[in-house]
Amino acid sequence: MTERRVVVTGLGATTPLGGTIAETWEGILAGRSGAKPLPEEWVERYELPVHFACTLAQKPDEVLTKVEIRRMDPSAQYAVIAARAAMEDAGSPEIDPLRLGVAIGTGIGGVWTLLDQWDILREKGVRRVFPLSVPMLMPNTSAGNVSLQLGARAGAHTTVSACASGAESMGTGFDMIRGGRADIVVAGGTEAAIHPLPFAGFAQMQALSTRNDDIDAASRPYDTGRDGFVMAEGAGVMVLEEYEHAKARGARIYAEFASIGMSADSHHITAPEPEGAGASRAMLEAVERAGLSNADIVHINAHATSTPVGDIAEANAIRRAFGADADAMCVSATKSMTGHLLGAAGALEGLFSVLSVHHRLAPAAINIDDPDPKIDLDVVTGDHRTLPDGDIAALNNSFGFGGHNVALVVKSV
Amino acid sequence: MAQSEQEILAGLAEIVNEETGLEPSEVQSDKSFTDDLDIDSLSMMTIVVNAEEKFGVRIPDDEVKNLSTVGDAVGFIAKNQA
Repeated sequence: MTERRVVVTGLGATTPLGGTIAETWEGILAGRSGAKPLPEEWVERYELPVHFACTLAQKPDEVLTKVEIRRMDPSAQYAVIAARAAMEDAGSPEIDPLRLGVAIGTGIGGVWTLLDQWDILREKGVRRVFPLSVPMLMPNTSAGNVSLQLGARAGAHTTVSACASGAESMGTGFDMIRGGRADIVVAGGTEAAIHPLPFAGFAQMQALSTRNDDIDAASRPYDTGRDGFVMAEGAGVMVLEEYEHAKARGARIYAEFASIGMSADSHHITAPEPEGAGASRAMLEAVERAGLSNADIVHINAHATSTPVGDIAEANAIRRAFGADADAMCVSATKSMTGHLLGAAGALEGLFSVLSVHHRLAPAAINIDDPDPKIDLDVVTGDHRTLPDGDIAALNNSFGFGGHNVALVVKSV
Repeated sequence: MAQSEQEILAGLAEIVNEETGLEPSEVQSDKSFTDDLDIDSLSMMTIVVNAEEKFGVRIPDDEVKNLSTVGDAVGFIAKNQA
């Protein structure tokens, strides 16, 4: 029996750069930063050392009904917006609900609901606690809501692996189709954690950039002046579809979703393993499972969060995996524009990799004014890079607290 | 201060609209919360609590099951308002 192939037939997103994937990609190509000031009240009341984040370009209440807003945590609102858009982009395929699956990852889940309702319990008592609190705060709230919205009954899954969640969920969707459990899976990631508490926690870790006086320049992966990541929110979702199914209905195919590679560091709960042993294993596994060789990979969308330690660890891991072959792989660092969407980051960047292969174009990073000499990679800056003709493949890296490493490979069709 | 049943109905319709999106004009005295307005028990909880706050009454959990129509709820609130 020949192996079932998985292709990408729809894309949807809501991000700091736009309310749609088209606007987001336009923002990426224009080199826009999604950074915006945080509410002054937060900064003053909680004495936050960081005064900005990449918040959504389009508020969900411009898209969803009042009742949808009330009954879904923001993380689920973003996921539903992106999932609906992705299905529409795929041509709203008619499919047996039993063959339609969902896989939506998140790093933190319904943290707004959890903390809001705790405040309500303390201030107003139990009768004011919203009866939907639990189904809104649970990590699978987005997968459940998307499944409800789309009538998807093949299975609805939530991967939770911190900032690798979104990428891992796409791998879950890929496996569902390859394994014959579904013909279409709506897969991606979502995050809505720009709330004072998680914000304060990341700030206390010294993980966030404090470049408060120049927020558009704060996210600067691979630049010597980088001082932490810029927190972001949003969702990215793709429609994964079995190749013959897509062909039979005449769907537009953006690219083939070729494989996923995964590993765990077992090194430290937050710090990356400095030599990149685990991360390189994930990358090599992804290339091998795609049936490709190093020479086929022409582009990497790096995790590149703009932290001093993380960016170097990833660069080491790429070199460790591919050696001299990495010279021929140009590297995009799109978090310089979007910020770090945590559990949605790998998903959104998966979408970017699909668009890079589809348009044969590697986006340029912004803010790399003084490239870190310790980063021995061909990082795309200034102008976008055109990718070669013929068969090409691209790698997408995502890493998460807990030591999770996920690499995806997409290739041209 | 007690409100007229008409005022209570209008206020209740606003609460139902907020929770379910139903047009306030659909929220009429003879409508059943479950059979006509398709309001589930979770939404009903929220509507009850919001009504308690809005009308300054206490609606015990045991009482909620007796309030099958909008008119039942309006009547209960009118009777129990101080």
